[in-house]
Amino acid sequence: MAQPQTVEEQVRGILAEQAMLDLDDVTTESTLEDLGLDSLGLVEVIFAIEETFDVQVPFNANEPDKSEFDISSVQKIVDGVQSLIDAKT
Amino acid sequence: MRRVVITGAGSINALGASASETMKAMREGRCGIGELEFPNVDRLSIRIGGQVRDYDEAAFFNRQQVALYDRFTQFAMLSAREAVQQSGLTFSGDLAAHSGVVLGTAAGGMNTWEDNYRAVYEEGKNRVHPFVVPKLMNNAAASHISMEYNLKGPSFTVSTACSSSNHAMGQAFHMIRSGACTAMITGGSESMLTFGGIKAWEGLRVMSKDACRPFSGNRNGMVQGEGAGVFVFEDYDHARARGADILAEVSGFAMTSDAADIVMPSQQGAGRAIAGALKDARMSPEEVGYINAHGTGTAANDKTECAAVANVFGAHADSLMMSSTKSMHGHCIGGTGAVELLACIMALRDGVIAPTIGYEEPDPECALDVVPNEAREVAVTGALSNAFAFGGLNAVLALRKV
Repeated sequence: MAQPQTVEEQVRGILAEQAMLDLDDVTTESTLEDLGLDSLGLVEVIFAIEETFDVQVPFNANEPDKSEFDISSVQKIVDGVQSLIDAKT
Repeated sequence: MRRVVITGAGSINALGASASETMKAMREGRCGIGELEFPNVDRLSIRIGGQVRDYDEAAFFNRQQVALYDRFTQFAMLSAREAVQQSGLTFSGDLAAHSGVVLGTAAGGMNTWEDNYRAVYEEGKNRVHPFVVPKLMNNAAASHISMEYNLKGPSFTVSTACSSSNHAMGQAFHMIRSGACTAMITGGSESMLTFGGIKAWEGLRVMSKDACRPFSGNRNGMVQGEGAGVFVFEDYDHARARGADILAEVSGFAMTSDAADIVMPSQQGAGRAIAGALKDARMSPEEVGYINAHGTGTAANDKTECAAVANVFGAHADSLMMSSTKSMHGHCIGGTGAVELLACIMALRDGVIAPTIGYEEPDPECALDVVPNEAREVAVTGALSNAFAFGGLNAVLALRKV
């Protein structure tokens, strides 16, 4: 049986699928810009994260920089998802 | 080519149950946006909207009509009644044969879809009311208006998301200008403040949770509204011959497509529509004193729209006034251009410029005179009404004082 995926692996997987890249090309240092994700792609990523982890991501596309959810790098997104998961329990 | 004038106006929306109440609220800078009230609203993260409140359909329509009229049709019928009454027209014979209805709506009978999906999916019912189809169809409102007023010429519904009303009124304008029709009932209606309607919009992450603040530096998204605006457009000579009270002249119209992105607006597409409307109206940029902006309060629309206006008008952009009344009635989607046309009529006929309320801080990317927070008394002779839809479909009307 395969090992259950970590949060990081799952988030990278979501981003890779949305950006149509290989998983290896999505590193924790990558930014959304590096991955070529536009605002519409980002909204789909947020949706996939919410569905995958059963969390509510606080994010408004009108003010992405002011959002409580940091999207400045893949690592920040992983950290943000982890804290949303932790907050559930 | 014939000239086209407006001889009747009607509306119902969060600001009031008539065109005059709506204009009064716009003049006072009143906000019609508040807490939404409908089933399951607690499951939404967006809970505000410009809802038509204290509305009792039984006060206006009998049981058979209620069975056939979705809320969006009811709004259209009430608005049409007001507009036709004001125009003083009765339709028979040749006039009836040369008059029709063009209405805009994005979602049509959304409440009917929702109620009946609930019945069959949630409640497990296996039977729905026999009139579900004629009640939910997008052309229901246009058809009922044609039936009510004996309008036997061309009638149809236009659906171009947030530009639906402007596209519809543009078609009505063309049909009178070309000589094909004498009078047209036109405008638009929308009622998608339902659990499903808001849930769908929520997903886009462009909605504000607290207020619609177009052009303000701290704006954080759009707020949905609902309602209708319906007008009587009429051949100028016909209106003059019968001594009708003329509210304003529709002088020009232009449509463009961005051909670019399904949700992001384009400065070029918007700018070409604005310039096209001026050209069609033979209106110089300097003649425009007021623009009713699309002004949704999203980051993307407002800066794109300001850039388009600045580019088309050049130095005159700093002299004209541009406001977004969505700050007061919310974004009425397919009905919004029609509700907003009232602000243009008020500017041209009464010399009162509706404000952009909720304006709190300047945005260097929206550095135009957006008439912040308070209405202004200024006589203007030319006005534009902008609408830029998802899907990149733009429609701009040009109007003149008569």
